Amino acid sequence: MIVSTAVKDPLGRPPVLLMAPAVLATLLLVVPLVAMVAATDWAGLPEQLRSEPLREALWLSLLTSTVAMLLCLVLGLPLAWLLARVDFRARGVVRALVTVPLVLPPVVAGVALRTAFGRSGVLGEPLLELTGFGLPFTTWGVVLAHVFVSMPFVVIAIEGALRSADPEYDAAAATLGASRWTTFRRVTVPLAMPGIIAGMVLGWARSLGEFGATITFNGNYPGTTQTMPTLIYVTRQSDQDAALALSLVMLVVSIVVLLALRDRWLGTP
Amino acid sequence: MSDVVPTDGSLEVGLEVADRVRVAFTVEAGTVCAVIGPNGAGKTSLVRALAGLAQATGHARLDGVDLLGLSARDRRIGMVFQGQRLFPHLSALANVAFGPRARGVARPDAEALAQQWLDRFAIGDLAERKPPRLSGGQAQRVAIARALATDPALLLLDEPFSGLDVKVAMALRIELGRHLASYAGVTLLVTHDAIDALTIADQVLVLDAGGVAQVGTPAEVAQRPSTEHVARLVGLNVVRRGEELMAFTPDAVAVALGSRGEPGGSPRLRWRGRVADVAPHGDAVRLLVHAASGGPDLIADVTPAAATDLGLAPGTDVWLSVKATAVRTYPADTGRADTVHP
Repeated sequence: MIVSTAVKDPLGRPPVLLMAPAVLATLLLVVPLVAMVAATDWAGLPEQLRSEPLREALWLSLLTSTVAMLLCLVLGLPLAWLLARVDFRARGVVRALVTVPLVLPPVVAGVALRTAFGRSGVLGEPLLELTGFGLPFTTWGVVLAHVFVSMPFVVIAIEGALRSADPEYDAAAATLGASRWTTFRRVTVPLAMPGIIAGMVLGWARSLGEFGATITFNGNYPGTTQTMPTLIYVTRQSDQDAALALSLVMLVVSIVVLLALRDRWLGTP
Repeated sequence: MSDVVPTDGSLEVGLEVADRVRVAFTVEAGTVCAVIGPNGAGKTSLVRALAGLAQATGHARLDGVDLLGLSARDRRIGMVFQGQRLFPHLSALANVAFGPRARGVARPDAEALAQQWLDRFAIGDLAERKPPRLSGGQAQRVAIARALATDPALLLLDEPFSGLDVKVAMALRIELGRHLASYAGVTLLVTHDAIDALTIADQVLVLDAGGVAQVGTPAEVAQRPSTEHVARLVGLNVVRRGEELMAFTPDAVAVALGSRGEPGGSPRLRWRGRVADVAPHGDAVRLLVHAASGGPDLIADVTPAAATDLGLAPGTDVWLSVKATAVRTYPADTGRADTVHP
């Protein structure tokens, strides 16, 4: 944390009562990551990174998180628009329902998904009988778990972005003869684009780190349902160094994505 | 009221926006009608109701078709918003082409049309610029071009010159006046500036407290204002006496100190009061005086020398008087619209 002392703040020095917790908060977030990097066995790292399970799990994580993010966009953007722009009676209830998974423990989300989409679930059983396809323990099951936990983040973030975009632009488009669909496509979405991108990044990051719902709903099968977090969890029980190496990969991926998006889309904060 | 619905391009309105405005008036095709009135008079509510952006009851027949039965996008109107509301992510050209494209014109044709409109407003070379990089006057020209590009039968301008600096506003006013002279549709121009009404408009609609206070030509309204608000806009004093209004200019008002005793002349034409405000006005000093015991607010122009000699300052007790020959007297219901039947 850099606190410039060269420039005198005309409002006076920041009070210690605020500075101390602020510094502590920063340390709390930084120290574990630094410790992890420091503890890494750099000599053995190249070999760790070449391992087949890692490459499989990393690929699966990136793939399922990206697919989940796209699904969240296709389904979540219209829902966010509905909540932000259309005045309907059940709006408050719908928004509350959408927010529930946000505070739900992911393991509980996994149990709920089992009850609905499991092989003997309310929707899962008819699906299995009709098509012979069962969602649990498949890559699509992983995507489903990701969408379930990420969608609330995406919807809430995008709704906020749409709300802060001035509805008078929509009004202007209507007076020019644009249908609501045209207005949505050519005015509403482009104006809210930075917020929409931020929502998608948030959803993607949430999917990438998803563990509880995924493992509860899909188990842990290398190649089909074993994502990076589950692989790290399993590896750590036998091989501490390998788990550290895997964690380092996740840290690098997170930072790269954050930097790339910050510069391209989010502007400098 | 006759049952024959006119289809001559005119706008015939009898509408109500709940708790905001309740008005009836007619504007002929090719006419520019200025809508003036104080804040809260219902000017913006009226314009938004006509544009389809606010709920209204009654009717608003444009060329015989009731606008209130149509959604905003199906009305043949063009609207210039307060603060323009140009789409910031689109170029000037794309902003102007937006309307034609939304109504189904192919992109190359819509862009060619938009370029013509920009050329007509002498900003053709700014076509590729985005609104944040346009000056206030340029942005307002784009906004007007955008509204006209859909070939509307009704053009709504909501305070088009507010927020522009005085010189830019004057240039744009003259330019807009020229365009509107050749425009075949109806124009409603919401403004708080008397000069807009006097330079551009053929007709003036004065709103007050949600109703029509006066309708007339700019000259009629300026000479015989029926509301204090309009009187102030055109720089006149208006005093109501029973069913009559008396109008007189501020420089016709003589000012004497209250301590000097009551001046001579008609008692109808003198007021005792307290100076509320003193401000320079051209070469003169303009006083705002609150007449005593609930009398009218009056403005009086005095020479700077007189203001100094008399020691005029807020709080000074004064007598105001005006010669009968300087007063224009007319019935109070001049130009007042017929009873509203929305």
